[in-house]
Amino acid sequence: MKYVALVYYQESIINGMTEQEWHALNQECLAGVEKLTDQGKYVAGQALQSIDTATTVRLRGDEVLISDGPFAETKEQLAGFYLLEAHDLNEALQLASRIPPARFGTIEVRPVRELPPKD
Amino acid sequence: MPSNPVISTQIDVIYQQQSRRVLATLIRLLGSFDLAEEALQEAFAAALRQWPAEGIPDNPTAWLIKAGQRRGIDQIRKKQTARSYLQHLLPEEGEETPAPDERSIDDDQLRLIFTCCHPGLGMEAQLALTLREMCGLTTEQVANALLQKSTTIAQRIVRAKRKILEANIPYEVPEHRELSGRLQSVLQVVYLMFNEGYSASEGNTVMNISLASEAIRLAHVLAALLPEGEVFGLLALMLLHDARRHARQDVDGDLITLEEQDRNLWDRDQIDAGIQWLMDALQHSPTGTYTLQASIAAVHAQARQAEDTDWVRIVRLYDALFEQTPSPVIALNRAVAIAMRDTPEHGLKLLEQLSGHKAMQNYYLFHAARADLYRRSGQMDAARFAFERALALTQQGPEKRFLSRRLAELGCSGKNR
Repeated sequence: MKYVALVYYQESIINGMTEQEWHALNQECLAGVEKLTDQGKYVAGQALQSIDTATTVRLRGDEVLISDGPFAETKEQLAGFYLLEAHDLNEALQLASRIPPARFGTIEVRPVRELPPKD
Repeated sequence: MPSNPVISTQIDVIYQQQSRRVLATLIRLLGSFDLAEEALQEAFAAALRQWPAEGIPDNPTAWLIKAGQRRGIDQIRKKQTARSYLQHLLPEEGEETPAPDERSIDDDQLRLIFTCCHPGLGMEAQLALTLREMCGLTTEQVANALLQKSTTIAQRIVRAKRKILEANIPYEVPEHRELSGRLQSVLQVVYLMFNEGYSASEGNTVMNISLASEAIRLAHVLAALLPEGEVFGLLALMLLHDARRHARQDVDGDLITLEEQDRNLWDRDQIDAGIQWLMDALQHSPTGTYTLQASIAAVHAQARQAEDTDWVRIVRLYDALFEQTPSPVIALNRAVAIAMRDTPEHGLKLLEQLSGHKAMQNYYLFHAARADLYRRSGQMDAARFAFERALALTQQGPEKRFLSRRLAELGCSGKNR
């Protein structure tokens, strides 16, 4: 079964990190992905640029509405995602708890929804 | 349908004692709460039809599980459109699944409670689901017990079951390294159930005995299945508190403080049972918070009159409790115990330090405790002020009447009756 782990944290926390701390965190994430891959648990994933780079797009009628920033202001910002292969929710939670930003941010774990077969 | 009153009565007894165990195993075998509940009812209906003629089988539980499983599988076959995840439950043609033994039936009970109390479900959903599935209450009974509308409870249960299915919360007992954390979540639900029964958060009666006894019954089941110190500790704590139930309110349903209770009304047998479980709990280390709280309740239970209370020991136990869980509520209780050991002034000084906590400022028991210590130290104006503050902060009928009575004793009637 596939689960998505959405990684959220306050960008101010990582902005406050030293160059060295930031480097170490990234290396730790890379090592984590490597381990998940070896275990056959990693399907895909990506870290994201900061929230300042986000642009929101909506289509209302024929009109494309484009605006700066994310749709909702939240305390923590989306920073990346993992697509995981896990047997059940407990395993998914256990894998997600090892994603390094879990220590200072929040990981939201959601089962994927398969779309119905094409008509 | 042949009717045989003796057998029907026996089936009733079997239903009361075994239906939750049968259900827990059927959930595993059929992979669905709803299907298992339906199959359980059908299995008992089949028993009512067949047993009067054929006699009660040697192992009624195994018979009911088999009957339920057969009917559940028929259901799955009937709904061939059923989602594919159920297909693997269908046995191969001609294959007979062996009847589960006692051990695996016991494990299924644990699987059920760990699933109902999974921290991925909301606390209220955990409580409702546990009452429904583990205790076998109807949705209406759960709603009544929790002072909620049936529709609210029904919705909460449906949503929880849907999450179990869609997020694939496994039907399993957590592995050893996760066990103690997950067990906390189970014990929390059991204790919440007990406290909901012990003091309903609003309304006019202090106690709803059935919820408290459901919690105790559930803790007995857990204690038999999972011999962990904190399970015993929680069971001891609940038995010791519940032993005071007849002394805790007067004929008008008004609250009587521990100090003023008629200790002859305490249930001595239940106290003895509680202390026995506490002894078992104390064999395990480290001593957990429920066990410490039970130890405190046991000190009270062993004092024949309020003046005999060993406050030195109680303060020591609160020290240990506070070290484990440094919460303002425990600090509050510790301060009161210190006031009883030393002087009211000493306790008041400690309460003063707590008054900075936001949670304390709006907590009626904080103000009630301050009021009581002011009263004991002869500062009547300060006592009156604090009682009024406490009165304004509680919604519960008996608590309000109690505080009003205390105020009246100080020579002033409560304004917020």
